[in-house]
Amino acid sequence: MPTPDPRAASSELKFRDPVRARAMVRALGRITDAIGRSPVSLMHVCGSHEQAIAKYGLRASFPAALRVIMGPGCPVCVTDAREVDEGVALALQGVHIATYGDMLRVPGSAMSLADARAEGAQVHVIYSAGQAVELAERVKEPVVFFATGFETTAVATAAIVLKGLPDNLSILSAHKFIPPAMDVVASVPGLAVEGFLAAGHAATITGWGVFEPFAERHHLPVVVAGFEPLDILAGLVRLLELVRDGTPAVVNMYPRCVTREGNLRAQAALWEVFEPSSGRWRGISVVPDGNLALRGRFAGLDARARFTIDVTPLARHAPPALAESCLCGSIMTGISSPTDCTLFGEACTPDHPVGACMVSTEGTCRIWHQYGGQPDLGDLA
Amino acid sequence: MSQRGLDDRIGLKHGAGGRAMRALIEQVCLAGPGGGPAVDGIGPAAMDDGAAIRVGDRWLVLTTDSHVVDPLFFPGGDIGRLAVCGTVNDLAVMGATEVTALTCAIILEEGFPRADLERVYASMRAACDEAGAPIVTGDTKVMGRGEIDGLVINTAGVAFCDRPVPDAGLAPGDVVIVTGTIGDHGMAIMAARHALSLDGDLRSDVAPVNGVVRAALRAGGAGVTAMKDPTRGGLSSALHEMAQKSRVGILVEESAVPVKHDVRGASDLVGIDPFVMACEGKAVIGVRPDAADAVLAAIRAHPLGRNAARIGCCLAQHAGAVILDTGLGRRILAESDGEPLPRIC
Repeated sequence: MPTPDPRAASSELKFRDPVRARAMVRALGRITDAIGRSPVSLMHVCGSHEQAIAKYGLRASFPAALRVIMGPGCPVCVTDAREVDEGVALALQGVHIATYGDMLRVPGSAMSLADARAEGAQVHVIYSAGQAVELAERVKEPVVFFATGFETTAVATAAIVLKGLPDNLSILSAHKFIPPAMDVVASVPGLAVEGFLAAGHAATITGWGVFEPFAERHHLPVVVAGFEPLDILAGLVRLLELVRDGTPAVVNMYPRCVTREGNLRAQAALWEVFEPSSGRWRGISVVPDGNLALRGRFAGLDARARFTIDVTPLARHAPPALAESCLCGSIMTGISSPTDCTLFGEACTPDHPVGACMVSTEGTCRIWHQYGGQPDLGDLA
Repeated sequence: MSQRGLDDRIGLKHGAGGRAMRALIEQVCLAGPGGGPAVDGIGPAAMDDGAAIRVGDRWLVLTTDSHVVDPLFFPGGDIGRLAVCGTVNDLAVMGATEVTALTCAIILEEGFPRADLERVYASMRAACDEAGAPIVTGDTKVMGRGEIDGLVINTAGVAFCDRPVPDAGLAPGDVVIVTGTIGDHGMAIMAARHALSLDGDLRSDVAPVNGVVRAALRAGGAGVTAMKDPTRGGLSSALHEMAQKSRVGILVEESAVPVKHDVRGASDLVGIDPFVMACEGKAVIGVRPDAADAVLAAIRAHPLGRNAARIGCCLAQHAGAVILDTGLGRRILAESDGEPLPRIC
């Protein structure tokens, strides 16, 4: 037998221990039975949770009566076509666009940023907000940072703004704030979500206390969970217990990273630079206070104030025929699964994505495709 | 036939050993009248590691492989060693472990350093000695600067055997064995190519596997039902091809698949699964359950098979699919498509 590597063992045993995982899977079965309804629907709102669930094949171990669905947890996917149009319009005007790689192929009304680049526009992929500053210092010409992502990446944008931007750099904010979107999804008729699994990394910044008003308003439990398989299983067990007991509480199951208050310095930076505003999330609806807009005192840095952005020629464009059968909208609200979509894995693949959910590595369809696309292996259990 | 997966232009994915490459071969190379003439035995339509033709009461197995690798010299080997082992291994996993002869054709770029060529040839000779495989004829061409990237080597090989072993012979209940750690070659090349400064000893496993396969065949006889070498596309592609052609499901225990600690660490870092990274000194072997223990013991007794492991079994359900048991749950193992690229951020 090959000698086991103690380093490998120590890193894997802790949060990937199959024995403890099986015990928790059994607990999920017991509690679901005790609840006695079918299905019991729980929602998570994070691409990284879906990645772990898919990668470790957890869904095949869940009891048949338990539905764990992914809500609007992919910031790239919920970026509205109109926001993409703004970036495309600026790029076609000759402005340098800096954005994260996942945004490149997200379809707008008429074209994506990648299409604009193919037509000669200057679209640059960056990996951090700081690289937008470096790009602006290098090219001298006007640069717009098309800034996307939830509160986690919005903090990074806030940090460069507070540090001071080069004169030729401005911000096109498509940043989104998760808690208001949870409000919207919790009210979707017919969805019947009975509890939410909240993303541990966002809560590291916001603190778990941010979910308390939500839990009270909707009488729904929220559990903050980490991203290792045992984190997720433990989070789901706790969430099911709260559902069973009818306790609409917020419970932190990721205490090694998350506190009640969160990262106060990051929050201060976030809210100093941004304010909540209402806007459309792709596939969902207008989310009241779901967007993060630059505050008035930073209007000089706001690309929307600095440039005239005319998206009407793009927005008039009829959507491509395939896009009409795309289910991204109902997949992002958790009403449908990728396998309900006739395009999934056939006309829509990571090479040739039709909808935004197949573009981003955080998108439900992309994740399902990467990990085999078919979670139901119940006949082998 | 569906043209999905075949674009107007050839992309790198069409040579990456996955779905796109098989679509290209089916739709272009084997299409139409005259494509894929029938062979009494294993012919081009089988898309196996080589062909097998009946000659009297024995089988002539032949295969050919062109080798391009960037960089030409990498930790654990070089293009010369790769060119010999690639062809020897294709023959071996067809069941032909005693190589009669190899050919070697090289195409050089004008200006290629003579010392590098000598180094490549020394390495080829050493690999031939290890495999017991003589190069008996060859060809040399030189192209202008910029018309070819350094050096391309094509080798072909012939060998006789009493029973060719296809990659399509798995049956429900068969045990699947891999002869050692996976992903070593792919990760070594990726680290060298992208100048990733990764910790640990990332070395290619490039080696002739005919010795270890010989040991398996001697121990298992007709109980060895299918073999494949998991090169481009890695273990994942090899298992998918075997499952699809054999019309069985394959259930793989992820924790049983041997992966070196350093390879696993590097793969977590660059975001590429060791399952899709190439091996160049391993074989995937399907064995009837009653022969599995003897075959595994024989493989482990060979110096190149010390880390061999029983990684899974074949099912009647889910024909054509590869199912991964992660220890925490089960999922379908997606087939790789295209060249794996390291995550940059």
